[in-house]
Amino acid sequence: MGINKYDFNEKNILKFDSNEHELAIATKNLQVFYGDKHALFDGDLEFERYKITSLIGASGSGKSTYLRSLNRMNDNVARVEGEIQYRGLNVNSKKINVYEMRKHIGMVFQRPNPFSKSIRENITFALKEQGLKNKKKLEEVVESSLKDAALWDEVKDDLKKSAWSLSGGQQQRLCIARTIAMKPDILLLDEPASALDPISTSKIEETLVELKKRYTIIIVTHNMQQASRISDYTAFFHLGHILEYDKTKHIFTTPKVTATNDYISGNFG
Amino acid sequence: MKTKFQNNVAIAVIRVIAVLVVLILAFLLGDILISGVPHISWHFLTAPSQAFTSGGGIGVQLFNSIYLLLLTLIISFPISLGAGIFLSEYAPKNIFTATVRMAIEVLSSLPSVVVGLFGFLLFVVQLDMGFSILSGAIALTFFNLPLLTRNIEESLRAVPDLQREAGLSLGLSKWRTVIKVILPEALPGIITGVVLGAGRVFGEAAALIYTAGQSATNIDFGNWNPFNATSPLNLMRPAETLAVHIWKINSEGVMPDAAAVSAGSSAVLIIAVLIFNFSARVIGNQLYRKLTATK
Repeated sequence: MGINKYDFNEKNILKFDSNEHELAIATKNLQVFYGDKHALFDGDLEFERYKITSLIGASGSGKSTYLRSLNRMNDNVARVEGEIQYRGLNVNSKKINVYEMRKHIGMVFQRPNPFSKSIRENITFALKEQGLKNKKKLEEVVESSLKDAALWDEVKDDLKKSAWSLSGGQQQRLCIARTIAMKPDILLLDEPASALDPISTSKIEETLVELKKRYTIIIVTHNMQQASRISDYTAFFHLGHILEYDKTKHIFTTPKVTATNDYISGNFG
Repeated sequence: MKTKFQNNVAIAVIRVIAVLVVLILAFLLGDILISGVPHISWHFLTAPSQAFTSGGGIGVQLFNSIYLLLLTLIISFPISLGAGIFLSEYAPKNIFTATVRMAIEVLSSLPSVVVGLFGFLLFVVQLDMGFSILSGAIALTFFNLPLLTRNIEESLRAVPDLQREAGLSLGLSKWRTVIKVILPEALPGIITGVVLGAGRVFGEAAALIYTAGQSATNIDFGNWNPFNATSPLNLMRPAETLAVHIWKINSEGVMPDAAAVSAGSSAVLIIAVLIFNFSARVIGNQLYRKLTATK
């Protein structure tokens, strides 16, 4: 049995009734190519506002590729075709100001990547770049975003210290704080806890559950327990195809697609 | 047994080679310093040189060396910075980039005497700049440019891509990301490279003999108007540097204490280069520590 045994036409993709659910972002026929390699075939997903959606699947399934396309971080390495609908705009269009767009669709990466600056500057840096100079305002944002990322109590006396003096888990929460300081609509997280220990991981998860009250969160994860613990919806990716997308509890209890069933029960490939 | 024996032999040979390298270096340094340091005095470091009588110093040459070094850095650093940023952050893979890279490679392998002769023909003769500090600084720029560019490019490249993504994901343009995130992080490496390059430039003679010239005209340290012919800052005056001075004394020096002046100058030159090297290390490490907060 090879990894290709599944029928890519066997799909179960959830669509939302727009009268009952508010959509944050949606993709239509999103396709990604790395050179000649077709890495994502049929990205058709809708994401509900103020929910956590997990993207799961094996390595190379296209889930990170999909996520990184949403705020166009793939622009320089790949060709992305199709539509990304955000607030009535196709943000995958050439006319879109990607820098402005990324303030609305923020991203946190797999490995913590704070700037080599102080904790405070990590948060104020991008705001200052935007022209925010009011010190009082900046301090407020530092406090509120660190509180949102559940880091304030741990660092409030050390804001001048370098971000690299923090532990890995703290650095990652600082990166979350830095992203939400921009007041985005949507938070994209690319395996944010994969480089962290279990305690830091659970702190990040608590933070995310708290954050979904005000942000739409889309998270790529290798960790199926994590997906089932925190997310409302889950999409299963396989070899560049999205085979199943449903409520998380359906995905993990009664998946409709053979490949999903095999993947979550560990019978994969 | 055989494996162990081979291993021991290999380690022994490598150790001998390492010790040999250190010994050669120590012998060279020791010889120069032992014969030169006794001649170094405040008078020697500040007095003008004498062509026919003993008791001359190297004040003018020392000043020329430092001034020329500063000018070279002022000219070459911005150019290298631009080229380094382009090559590391923006250069697409095409013929143009390949040509730039090859040009830098060729430039870095040019013998310095060829650079000097080229500078002589183009600047000194063709452009009528004469033997001057400016001609010398431009020749040294050719000499310094490829190394500095390569160093800046590599320092920038060493910054993880995660930092670029961090900047971009916060809505910064690529340019702002490079300037405000990548460049500060690469700074320790860049500074180290600049100072090491400065050491090389400071000791360079061949490229200067035909450009900055071999005569230390009398300069008046009380006159800092750069447009005045006797001003130390005048760009168009010929300026013999310390390294050229050593070469000249040894090939045609007629002063009675030529050997002593040569030894003293060599020691000063070596000490200066050593200071450059050590400070490069110290500054680089301290900047790195400051930026990353590692103890």
